Amino acid sequence: MKITEQEVRYVAGLANLSLTQEEVAKLRADLDEILTHIDKLNEVDTSQVEPMAQVLFAREETATLRADREKPPLGARLALANAPEGGPEYFKVPKVIER
Amino acid sequence: MIDPSLDLRSLSVDRIRQDLASRRYSAVELITESLRFAESANSWTNAYLHFCHYRALAAAQRVDQKLHQGEDPGPLAGVPIAVKDVILTRNVRTTCGSKLLENYIPPYDATAITRLEQAGGIIIGKTNCDEFAMGSSTENSAFGPVRNPVALERVPGGSSGGSAAAVAQGSAVLALGSDTGGSIRQPASFCGVAGVTPTYGRVSRYGLVAFASSLDHIGPFAKSVRDAALLLGAIAGRDEMDSTSAFAPVPDYQEALTGDVKGVRIGLPREYFKNLASETGDLIARGVETLGKLGCEVREISMPATEYAIASYYIICTAEASSNLARYDGVRYTTRSSSSETLSDMYRNTRGEGFGAECKRRIMLGTYVLSAGYYDAYYLKAQKVRALVARDFSNAFQEVDAIVAPVSPFPAFKLGEKIDDPLAMYLSDIYTITGSLAGVPCMSVPCGATAAGLPVGMQILTRHFDEAGMFRIADAFERANGAK
Repeated sequence: MKITEQEVRYVAGLANLSLTQEEVAKLRADLDEILTHIDKLNEVDTSQVEPMAQVLFAREETATLRADREKPPLGARLALANAPEGGPEYFKVPKVIER
Repeated sequence: MIDPSLDLRSLSVDRIRQDLASRRYSAVELITESLRFAESANSWTNAYLHFCHYRALAAAQRVDQKLHQGEDPGPLAGVPIAVKDVILTRNVRTTCGSKLLENYIPPYDATAITRLEQAGGIIIGKTNCDEFAMGSSTENSAFGPVRNPVALERVPGGSSGGSAAAVAQGSAVLALGSDTGGSIRQPASFCGVAGVTPTYGRVSRYGLVAFASSLDHIGPFAKSVRDAALLLGAIAGRDEMDSTSAFAPVPDYQEALTGDVKGVRIGLPREYFKNLASETGDLIARGVETLGKLGCEVREISMPATEYAIASYYIICTAEASSNLARYDGVRYTTRSSSSETLSDMYRNTRGEGFGAECKRRIMLGTYVLSAGYYDAYYLKAQKVRALVARDFSNAFQEVDAIVAPVSPFPAFKLGEKIDDPLAMYLSDIYTITGSLAGVPCMSVPCGATAAGLPVGMQILTRHFDEAGMFRIADAFERANGAK
């Protein structure tokens, strides 16, 4: 077994996901199967290979930064328009309780 | 009034341009009719999540005005276009197929949208898709699955299933989709239309809701290679708003469609064909034969890292997804769980109630592979294997000009048939994932149908930024195949 229900709950905590007991059991089985497939990667010798973070990272086509010019921003009203709860210049959230 | 004998399904970009010029109908008339057809067809396919009548008719009016004043209305003038609902449209709801964004109204347009409208294109509606583009069947949409217009009891593929279905049913002449591991090519294959994943960086991702940033692409769907090339030409090119968008000049793709592919060297990766039996294999083999008759030089090549591509892809894409989807926390984006007293409960409950099963699975896998102690074993290892997959392509392109491959191991499957087996669903992405990892341009071109009438697409892949070469082969093939 690659992963336990306890680990699933721990990872769900890291990911800020509430899960039902049913979901925990199903995810454990799914992740177990997928991680077992992923073990295939251990067959590959990558000792001489550099990791590739992004496909064209080193290419000159994309390696250029744009000019640093001032541009009008979106503005608070528009940026906040989709907030479930907000005031004129802020997002509103439940109170934060120290653990 | 529009001529009742006009079949919307027969329209192409060129045909619309001629009809508008000869005043056969106005852009407003065409768009009104397209919207009517799209809405009625939606009751059987569920391809669209919402329509944008006001925006579409206003854009059509602008096209008519330009025509009236003798101005150039643009290369896509009056063409009805469907857009996958992961691409932001200002003031038009964009849900990503998720309950979490059910009421999200974007404050700006994606660059691809801006360019498409500048070219005279008309967005008629937003198309259904797997939630946050995660899936291969469009069954993961929070708003119900899409049905394949070719065979209603079957899936249209995914995740851009709605866009593929919209073009296949004829309610839109063109559509935009997004592709992370095959989400344009596979539904194109299942629905019998052309679908293009351009080079990574060819089209700006500004305004494309992020799934896996190092793999995400925007690309076109169309009934013909020519129309797909026209749409890509309109949206491609450097954009200041996306630092990964490429500076490479965008050629006139129409000029590439010469029909002449004599001497083009085509590689068939033996790893792609060794387990490919059945009708799909036969159809691709016949497609390759056609290319040979057109004068292509076909040879077998080897891409040894292929068998590790799925594992590498599902680590990288879920890792990137888990961080990209962290933003849906109940603070900024429309939906918040009502039953939470503390901030951390609010985060957890909003996400737990809001995300569907596939998104949760990927967030969990991505969080796991990035968590302390596992980073090197999974994420770093996957990035190294990705480099090997990319090396396979650069080696292959030293000896051939293009690679031809299947798109999917099978044609469209039945709704519900694979939804309970996530690993099997992931494994079916094998032929599309390699091109995504390497970032090369790739497309699905219709290649025939099975005895049961299910379409099968053939994949063509070329060097970085050589979409022109890819279109030339696909177009020549399409002409030869259609003329049979």
